[in-house]
Amino acid sequence: MTSTTTTPGSATTAVALSDVTKVYGRGANAVLALDGVSLDVAPGEFVCLVGASGCGKSTLLNLVAGLDRPNGGQIALAGDASPGLMFQEPALFPWLTVDGNVEVPLKLRGLPRAERRARVAELLRTVHLADFGRTRPHELSGGMRQRVALARTLALDTPVLLMDEPFGALDAMTRDILHDELERIWSERKLSVLFVTHNVREAARLADRVILLSSRPGRIIYSTTVDIPRPRRIDSPEVAAIAAEVTERLRTEVGRHAE
Amino acid sequence: MPSDTLTSTARTDAQISGLDALEIAGREKEISGGTRVWAATWPKLAALAIVIAAWQLVVWSGWKPPYSLPGPLVVGRELLTQAQGPQLWEGLLTTLRRAAVGYVFSVAVGLLLGLAVARSTVLRAAIGSMITALQTMPSIAWFPLAILLFELSEKAIFFVVVLGAAPSIANGVISGVDYVPPLLLRAGRNLGARGLNLYRYVIAPAALPAIVAGLKQGWAFSWRSLMAGELIVVGISQTSLGAQLTYSRELSDAPWLLSTMIVILVLGLVVDAAFGAADKAIRRRWGVLDQAGQ
Repeated sequence: MTSTTTTPGSATTAVALSDVTKVYGRGANAVLALDGVSLDVAPGEFVCLVGASGCGKSTLLNLVAGLDRPNGGQIALAGDASPGLMFQEPALFPWLTVDGNVEVPLKLRGLPRAERRARVAELLRTVHLADFGRTRPHELSGGMRQRVALARTLALDTPVLLMDEPFGALDAMTRDILHDELERIWSERKLSVLFVTHNVREAARLADRVILLSSRPGRIIYSTTVDIPRPRRIDSPEVAAIAAEVTERLRTEVGRHAE
Repeated sequence: MPSDTLTSTARTDAQISGLDALEIAGREKEISGGTRVWAATWPKLAALAIVIAAWQLVVWSGWKPPYSLPGPLVVGRELLTQAQGPQLWEGLLTTLRRAAVGYVFSVAVGLLLGLAVARSTVLRAAIGSMITALQTMPSIAWFPLAILLFELSEKAIFFVVVLGAAPSIANGVISGVDYVPPLLLRAGRNLGARGLNLYRYVIAPAALPAIVAGLKQGWAFSWRSLMAGELIVVGISQTSLGAQLTYSRELSDAPWLLSTMIVILVLGLVVDAAFGAADKAIRRRWGVLDQAGQ
């Protein structure tokens, strides 16, 4: 984590990436995954990263989460808490109940038992799973598991949430409802979200700003602010218009790889 | 606007509860305890009946004289007689004590060795394949060396039991640690588990099913090694179950021999059932059974 510097008390940016470069492999086989990506996420901002396969979206999140190191550039995070990370899979611990899963980060932070219990109950209420604390992950549906994962990530009490296609494996109905949920929790808790998706509509539905990454190497090629008032609906014409515009750019970018 | 948001929130709540109820409906299948016990028991009783019937048929066919192959009734009566005397119980106790001491020691060695090899790439290169090689060695092949080293003593048996069981247990630990899903490791690290905490909160529980499988296999090896050892290393004053098998053969006492075999079989089955129950409980908790559609 040598290149990840923490700037406490920064009021203007929650996440700041400057000129971040990531290379996988060595020599002739080296793949430039990210090429000079600079990006600021303001406190309380919801940023969606969109791109075709191989654009390094997930790489970017791993770097910000501190699970991987960049080859060049700087990543700065506001505050001292490391960001919470959510995956396409819920990644719940199957040997623990729902309560136990949400409790893990609280235990690791050394909170006393009574406080942990109260926090777990509060977090499960937040994701509408108050009655499911004693069930096991495999007894829940995909959408419910993903909500447990969200509660577990929120238990980190971090202002920055990184999400790697968290709703990609869910059906449209469940995804729609989880969009409403995420929007509510994001605004209630004033989170800064960096959300990766390949679903352009989802990006337009959720984001304050949609950023388009090119593929191989990953570079920011387009960025647009979404001014549609909230709460939004994924089937509204305004969302569709933004989505159409981003899709057009995405198609051009994908077409560039045809040769 | 605020009232609008409120109704939309209430609507979302209702939708979420409705969707949750629909999606997890019909997953619970409650079977009454009595039915389950009976369903698990009757095939075993039937199998036992078939075995006894077949045995009796072979005896009736006159294939072997009754003094070398007695029928189930004779053996059953001998078993009852044995159960009333001290000899069987002393033998049982000796064998169980040896099994317990050897197994507990094997578990300690196996867990430590497995963890060390799983953690360090150097150790893995050095002794990882040696552990697998040890496992392929039939434990009975160790006895000549063990007897040279420790003479006809309990130490020789102990030596072979540990050599038989510890590698299986170590291998269970190694494969358990190796196959922890990388996603869970990433999730654990992101939640703040590093170093020892990562082992405590993620790796150890994730590896537990494989570790239990290793423990089970280790038990099977140690039990076989112990029986082989007790047959070979007789002449020690204590009459273990294995020694009783040898004596009964030397005395051509077929009912005694067969009744001792039944005791050994039942003992093995009981321990196996205990491991099976532990294994099943873990897999149920981990949700593996449900995914397999059981």
